[in-house]
Amino acid sequence: MRVVSLLAPSVAYLLVMFVFPFAYGVLLSLRPKGGGVSLANYVAFFLDPWQARTIWVTASIAVPNTLLTVLLALIVAYAMRGGIWLERTITTMLVLPIALGTVLVAEGINGFYGPKGWLNQALLSLGLAEPTRLTHNYTGVMLALFVQHFPFCFLMLLGYISGIDPALEASARVLGAGPWAVFRRVMWPLIAPGVAIAGALVFVMNFGVFPSAVLVGQPAGATRTIAIAAYQEAFEHYDMSMASAIAVVMGVCQLAGLAVILFLRRRMAGTGVATMGAGKR
Amino acid sequence: MRGRLWRLAVFLFVVGFVLNLAGVVGHVLVSSLARRWFATPLPGALTTEWYAYAWREFQLDQVLGVTLTVAGTVTAAALVLGFPAAYLLARHDFRGKGPLLLLFFLPLLVPQMTYGIPLATTLYRYRIGGTVAGVIAANLVPMLPLAIFVLLPFVEQISVSLEWAARVHGATRLGVVRRVIVPLALPGLLTAGLLVLVNTVANFELTFLLSGAGSQTLVVALYYAVFAAGMRPIYSVDAMAVIYMAVVLAVLVLALRLVRPTQMVFRLDRRD
Repeated sequence: MRVVSLLAPSVAYLLVMFVFPFAYGVLLSLRPKGGGVSLANYVAFFLDPWQARTIWVTASIAVPNTLLTVLLALIVAYAMRGGIWLERTITTMLVLPIALGTVLVAEGINGFYGPKGWLNQALLSLGLAEPTRLTHNYTGVMLALFVQHFPFCFLMLLGYISGIDPALEASARVLGAGPWAVFRRVMWPLIAPGVAIAGALVFVMNFGVFPSAVLVGQPAGATRTIAIAAYQEAFEHYDMSMASAIAVVMGVCQLAGLAVILFLRRRMAGTGVATMGAGKR
Repeated sequence: MRGRLWRLAVFLFVVGFVLNLAGVVGHVLVSSLARRWFATPLPGALTTEWYAYAWREFQLDQVLGVTLTVAGTVTAAALVLGFPAAYLLARHDFRGKGPLLLLFFLPLLVPQMTYGIPLATTLYRYRIGGTVAGVIAANLVPMLPLAIFVLLPFVEQISVSLEWAARVHGATRLGVVRRVIVPLALPGLLTAGLLVLVNTVANFELTFLLSGAGSQTLVVALYYAVFAAGMRPIYSVDAMAVIYMAVVLAVLVLALRLVRPTQMVFRLDRRD
């Protein structure tokens, strides 16, 4: 009895405000504007090239960005596992973009990387004439997402890697393993689960990109992501049914990405290397 | 030698990234203080007039009021609803705990754009969308689980024997909660509260989808200002961005001042 009364409010809240809208959205997506119950919304979405290509546009941002973010974060976190000069200052600085959020980072990138920003000024004064355009296009969105997600991914992996017993690495060294062998045979099998989780989170966030794609990108063309398409249906065409259908497609794509990452992770776990004593999480 | 070069490259990358961050934040700061600024390293003349302009033109008094109302209410509600749940999850094992934890995890994992659209559809249908109440209700969806998961380890630190001792000495159930559990869980409540506060102030997507004319928070108002760049001088948009940054950083600094989570946990541990 007590159990129910303590948990009931939170559970009820999430059922009403999270599970119910989700179910409602899925049902709504199956009841197109014209009436009846059908898959018309989904058919229309996939047959309209202007809408269907948003999947490709989003993936062409989300996939490379996730790979780049995770790879660089892994390299830096791995190199910093034994501590580094100014570590506290650096990690504190890295919390900034996470705390400030996408909109502020977008505005800052528009200024700093913009045609008249400090970066282009520096490039010009170095004699590198004809600076390339870095904002309001694909590059701008990639930059914004990287600035936003690299610190997040890095801090997560740093926590994961520092949880690994340093004695394991020391033993491998004593037994004659070089730096690469230590990484490949000892550390990587222990780090891989953390990398998979970080990669999954970054991918899912990247695939739902909205404010950066609008503010630093080219929302009417090169960076019209699937979230923008869903938003436009809902709040510009007031077709909630179609908007829900697009949200469902977006969710399915995110799930598919997760499935691929989990599949790769399982394949890697099957290499026969012991994974005992993994990180603290 | 190769190892050294490698470490140097990594260090240079990190320094580059931090410099780039400083540039991104610094540009907004300098631009907000510039009278005019065109393709020079620094603006010729400085002024603070854009702050007054932004305050007036973007109706920041009203926007800040909404922001504080939303953040305050969401924080209070997340703690009031979340603390009992966290207590129960920390103390008891029961059937169905796994699926329940999954239910709490999902709003944190699923991106807000994905569930925000069906949520907005539902709330607009029941005429809550577009109001301050709608913004609060939507923000509570990810913030309640956040509060629960932050509180969980703090509650786990409190020894059960303290509760038993209090009961043996004649404390009522409510007395135990009021005099023993809540005081010991205070560091957790503070940490969770400040985290929820910062996150709600900076939370964009759900607020954006649910807010109407009079219910925009600072970050959503900033989005519209950046989106409509060209309508107003960019310096005033940047002034607004600095005001937003100041609000977030104030809460963040307060959080780091008041609570050092690791220390608190350690001290409680020793006291058992």
